[in-house]
Amino acid sequence: MIAIINYNAGNIRSVQNALTRLGYESVLTDDPATIRAAEKVIFPGVGEAKSAMQQLKAKGLDQVVKSLTQPVLGICLGLQLMCESSEEGHVDCLGIFPHKVLRFRGEAIVPHMGWNNFESLNSALCEGLDITANVYYVHSYYAELGAQTSAVCHYITPFSAILEKANFYATQFHPEKSADIGNLILKNFLAL
Amino acid sequence: MLKKRIIPCLDIRNGRTVKGVNFEGIRDAGDPVELAKKYAAEGADELVFLDITATVENRTTLLELVERIAAEIDIPFTVGGGIQSVEEVRRLIWAGADKVSVNSAAVRRPELLSEIASEFGSQCLVLAIDTQFNGNDWKVFVKGGREETSLQTADWARYAVELGAGEILLTSMNHDGTKNGFALEITQAICEAVQVPVIASGGAGKAEDFASLFTQTKATAGLAASIFHYNELPIPSLKKYLNTQNIPIR
Repeated sequence: MIAIINYNAGNIRSVQNALTRLGYESVLTDDPATIRAAEKVIFPGVGEAKSAMQQLKAKGLDQVVKSLTQPVLGICLGLQLMCESSEEGHVDCLGIFPHKVLRFRGEAIVPHMGWNNFESLNSALCEGLDITANVYYVHSYYAELGAQTSAVCHYITPFSAILEKANFYATQFHPEKSADIGNLILKNFLAL
Repeated sequence: MLKKRIIPCLDIRNGRTVKGVNFEGIRDAGDPVELAKKYAAEGADELVFLDITATVENRTTLLELVERIAAEIDIPFTVGGGIQSVEEVRRLIWAGADKVSVNSAAVRRPELLSEIASEFGSQCLVLAIDTQFNGNDWKVFVKGGREETSLQTADWARYAVELGAGEILLTSMNHDGTKNGFALEITQAICEAVQVPVIASGGAGKAEDFASLFTQTKATAGLAASIFHYNELPIPSLKKYLNTQNIPIR
């Protein structure tokens, strides 16, 4: 069973719909025991970092996520919450990845919204893809580059498109909304 | 590089796709889910569904439709039409909509924008503006283009973004349905007024119109309906053309 962590508002069912289309059963849950017992865990999220962290903590899920040993995939805000800290609400996050999450600065359009390709790519999740593959982003904050960055995207500045460390994986983009490319990335994760 | 987005719009009435000209003269254009799947397969970058009846009794039908769309397609989609409350937004997002677009209700009660943004985030909140040039100014119209307001379009866009709108969907009523090209001037004026993505709508008739939009304005997306519905400009040919014009396209 695949557990999709359900802890805040937002279109969380899109992840479940994507898994269903790929032929995988999944459950939306905030129950620590169900999450710990799952074969794979998906940690999605949209919205604001500080309130999302509060909701995670209120349900005791911050400790649960950090202690997971099966493959975990953070998506969008999920990636940001797995980092050290976020400028959004100046909040300490889970610290799975030592990266800081910063706001896009400058005169350009924010959020970074739409389809973008990679600047570099060296991720197990992207087996079978090259840097020309386009995936769908919508975000105003980004994780800076660091040792755990396994794919880089460029918008205003280069940022972490994918982070990986041991059993933890995270994408800033939305694989569940990225058509064929996204389906391939989800399949790669589910095959880990 | 971030790609320019091509967005087919599906106007929905009683569960069917329809298309009018200059906001009037409705014609049937097919089953929304089938069209949505076709567009997604052809390379549409996002989809917009506007419920043009938007009556209370139609809300259940709309929610069921949104659930079917969300189950079937794997690209982002926006749902709009008559949205008046945070509660409606919650139901639509829970049904699977990635974004919602609000229009008249935000003009009547701008705080609706901050309420939606604070609960679901600006990234899922599109402000739709129907605008018309009256000889001097571009003014905001509401109620499906039937009622003029005193609002200047750029002022309203700026204020709405301050309140939390994450994207502007700008429809020029002067251009809608004419197939004579997008309203480049007001589109660029809105792009300069705000720092969020702007989707231009109204007037697309041929591939060159999209090229002009993306080279002469900072719009990040172009939206059209009839040219896609009636297969006058298939999305693959449009994208192929834009590629030859060196416009970044997926």
